[in-house]
Amino acid sequence: MKAFKACLAGLALLGLSPAAMAAGGTMPLSEGDAPLPDWPFEGVFGKFDQASVQRGFQVYTEVCAACHSMELLSYRNLGEPGGPFYNADDPEATEAAVAEFARQYEITEIDDYGDEVSRPRRPADRFPSPYPNVQAAAAANGGAIPPDFSVIVKARPGGADYIYRLMTGYPSYEEFQGEYGDELHFNDDHSHGVLTQPAGLYYNPYFPGDTSGNWDGDPRHAPAGGYLAMPPQITDGRVDYMDGTEATQEQIAYDISQFLAWASEPKMENRKSLGLVVMIYLFFLAILVYFSYKAIWRNVEH
Amino acid sequence: MSGHESTYKPGTGIEKWIDARLPIVRLVHDSFVGFPVAKNLNYWWTFGAILAVCLVTQIITGIVLAMHYVPHVDMAFASVERIMRDVEYGWLIRYIHANGASMFFLAVYIHMFRGLYYGSYKAPREISWILGVIIYLLMMGTAFMGYVLPWGQMSLHGASVITNLIGAIPLVGEQIKIWLQGAPSIGNATLNRFFSLHYLLPFMIAGVVILHIWAFHTTGNNNPTGVDVKDEKKDTVPFHPYYTVKDGFAIIVFLMIFAGFVFYAPNVLGHADNYIEGNPLKTPAHIVPEWYLLPFYAILRAITFDIGPIPAKLGGVIAMFGAIAVLFVLPWLDTSKVRSLRYRPLARQFFLGFVAVCLLLGVAGASNPDDIVIKTGEDTLRYEVSLEEAPEAVAVAEAHHGKIVSSNSERVIVDFAHYEDAVEFAEASGTTAEATVKHHGLTWLPVAQLLTFLYFAYFLIIIPLLGLIERPKDEPESIADSIHKSNGSADAVAAE
Repeated sequence: MKAFKACLAGLALLGLSPAAMAAGGTMPLSEGDAPLPDWPFEGVFGKFDQASVQRGFQVYTEVCAACHSMELLSYRNLGEPGGPFYNADDPEATEAAVAEFARQYEITEIDDYGDEVSRPRRPADRFPSPYPNVQAAAAANGGAIPPDFSVIVKARPGGADYIYRLMTGYPSYEEFQGEYGDELHFNDDHSHGVLTQPAGLYYNPYFPGDTSGNWDGDPRHAPAGGYLAMPPQITDGRVDYMDGTEATQEQIAYDISQFLAWASEPKMENRKSLGLVVMIYLFFLAILVYFSYKAIWRNVEH
Repeated sequence: MSGHESTYKPGTGIEKWIDARLPIVRLVHDSFVGFPVAKNLNYWWTFGAILAVCLVTQIITGIVLAMHYVPHVDMAFASVERIMRDVEYGWLIRYIHANGASMFFLAVYIHMFRGLYYGSYKAPREISWILGVIIYLLMMGTAFMGYVLPWGQMSLHGASVITNLIGAIPLVGEQIKIWLQGAPSIGNATLNRFFSLHYLLPFMIAGVVILHIWAFHTTGNNNPTGVDVKDEKKDTVPFHPYYTVKDGFAIIVFLMIFAGFVFYAPNVLGHADNYIEGNPLKTPAHIVPEWYLLPFYAILRAITFDIGPIPAKLGGVIAMFGAIAVLFVLPWLDTSKVRSLRYRPLARQFFLGFVAVCLLLGVAGASNPDDIVIKTGEDTLRYEVSLEEAPEAVAVAEAHHGKIVSSNSERVIVDFAHYEDAVEFAEASGTTAEATVKHHGLTWLPVAQLLTFLYFAYFLIIIPLLGLIERPKDEPESIADSIHKSNGSADAVAAE
């Protein structure tokens, strides 16, 4: 058993290097950061907060969908087990709700006569994309391509934490100074100086990048973060929640992060609940086999 | 596949009938039922069986994945996500396969270190060892090509970095690279052939595994004492049920760790960038391979200097392949007659050092070579000033507490600790040079170079020398004798 413990320690060690790798890419968290939410979907028994995922879907359709596609999602996904509009007690209501969302967006197809026809989307159809292709997306956004949101939480170090930070991390308009309103004056323990925001770009301390090129101050203490082409989107009251929840900036960021976490990993609840069964099964099987081993080797000196 | 006398006795008429025509039941019986195995194998020996489970798991999940995967640059990424979302339990199959690769390598590394520690590569088991190294090479090729298939950013750019290495081979490198990629750059042709080979290689691995087992069943297993079996009755037990149950227990515990990753941290061993669809025009900031290839990646990047006529890039490739090639000749590098490091206290110390070197090489492979490992001083602001532009620079710098790092007749390099001094210096001297941040400390590059040297030194210097200079402890008379002694002494740890 001694050898076995050493083996587990070895596993932990090996686990460290990729973990350290992942940590290298995460956003810096300094003292002044606001606390992160406790995500209900984290941990062994984690589940999505369905009401929050529903609100997040509303935020996506009303705010994000103007620029960001979710090419891998279909409307039917919203009503599948674990989805935001899944209602185990009332499958008909689930279907109706999903069909209602789908119907609001048209899709253009070529019919049997070779003509273009439009029809309302069905639950099996994908979410509509805001741009016909990446060239159109880039042209409409000053060369920046708004990333697809289908797996965005898995595609960013930090996951939902990163989305939440990015959404709430922009400096507020009042913080900008200078003749053109594009200067941020830093005067804290770390940084003293002026950061100029280039035209058409927006500073965010959580966006990976390099600020030193526009930093007037000690280059060793250039502010963390970078510039992105997306202006701040999430402000108090940006959406009017259908369920009456007060739409503070934190609430909206929480909901959209959770919706995107669900969209990236829609089978997560299924995965964790099956995992529990598997672990319990293996645990008892291990005990059983261990005592079989003891019994079989009982009379062998070894 | 067994080097001992057959113990199979066909009981029924049909068994006798088959045995007279194709003695396959006899072969299986003699290999995995009646096969005599030393009694004293510890848990490190269970990794062979664990590896067999890993291979079978990868092949089964892989075959199912191949039914749904589309090997095309425009569809591969979406097809993998379709498996995750729309295939029944597709998420489970894919996460088992992706994490299974990591588990496979975890097990193979433990298995290889076990072989090193107990001298399982020494006569008469050289061929078992060499076949094992071939399996390991095939595994690396398979894993590398498998990682390309989801066509994420790391898939694409990792494949680009590795195939470009081939281009470093003089004269024919460029042609071989194009032949491997199927085109002058990574693209659909590359993805198609990688998919084809990724499906083929595991079956080649399975074939070599059979040879590997055949070889060590001919010589008999090694054991923790490294002493040969003297008396089959006293020293061995039949494989079944003694080792089937022991391996079975170890496999289940291993599966619990495996399941922990699959169900609760399925993406922790991967890289977030690989969930971004591959884009040849956008290179990720840091291209890193999967964790199990990191030590070799560190060795590759450690050679930054030309060695005589060999350019640095080729030198790195040679070092990386050399790191594996050296394993092939290991049986003839070791001069010690004693197999197990249990009786070689000095060699044991060096072995532990070698394990540490390998783990540190992994960390070095994950790190940026220019990042600081040990900080020796605060960052300074560095100016490189042309003396033509600012003839008084040296005097002005000294007046503002600047530290002259180096100077010649054309330019001076000066460091400032304080930003205010640096600003005043720039104004007073009239230079247009921009300050850069200079970090002070030991970077990963020399550390990786030292570790690379130690890696090779272990095989090429330490192992050959140790056998000549050390005085090993006495080996036990026999396996049974060693068991008896260790059970008898008070402080003995049960050898299990």
